[in-house]
Amino acid sequence: MAKKLAIIATKGTLDWAYPPLILASTAAALDYEVQIFFTFYGLQMLRKDLGGLKVSPLGNPGMPMKMPFGPKWFQSINWNIPNAVQAIIPGFESLATVLMKQTIKNCGVASVETLRDVCVESGVKIIACQMTVDLFGFEHSDFIDNIEFGGAATFFEFAGETDICLYI
Amino acid sequence: MNFDKELDARGLNCPLPILRTKKTLAELTGGQVLKIVSTDPGSVKDFQAFAKQTGNELLSSTEGGGEFIFFMKKK
Repeated sequence: MAKKLAIIATKGTLDWAYPPLILASTAAALDYEVQIFFTFYGLQMLRKDLGGLKVSPLGNPGMPMKMPFGPKWFQSINWNIPNAVQAIIPGFESLATVLMKQTIKNCGVASVETLRDVCVESGVKIIACQMTVDLFGFEHSDFIDNIEFGGAATFFEFAGETDICLYI
Repeated sequence: MNFDKELDARGLNCPLPILRTKKTLAELTGGQVLKIVSTDPGSVKDFQAFAKQTGNELLSSTEGGGEFIFFMKKK
């Protein structure tokens, strides 16, 4: 019998979209039966338009700020921009997101959309938290097809029988 | 080594080489061999793990000139 993996995906930023989608798509490739429950900000990963996924270096000391272009010495500089400065520059998050997306491309890392497509194609069952849909004022039409809407009890129905269960 | 299909996974990073391999293996029949060329150093361990968990046989894993070459026999 196939092994089972359940993931609760709760984050709605570009960087945090990767762990659940990488693990789910890879597990599916390893013949796991996979289910992801998207709740709260995690719903952002299911929207038809993924443009809302951004990365913020503000208050995130673990994030290197490096440029994805120019000569090697320039790319290796880690721009240590103080939080106070980041906070007052309009569009700083959007800029950081553009740079991050370019770095992702340069490194041959899959886009969030690609990983999501692989998940859907490989039969990963996707459940969107109906309560959060209501809470955030989303419509079902905001989201991609091939997903289900449910609640905590729906999650446990599958999660209770899994080999691996992750909260991300 | 003889092979039935080749997958160029150069420039792709984790987990794409594995995902593309899974997809390409689906196009082969049992016993056929897939050659995979990757530039991701992490793929060496990943292909061993993939073979172990899926039952497809990793016939060989070699490295040369910054490229990693795998031959995998579909179960």
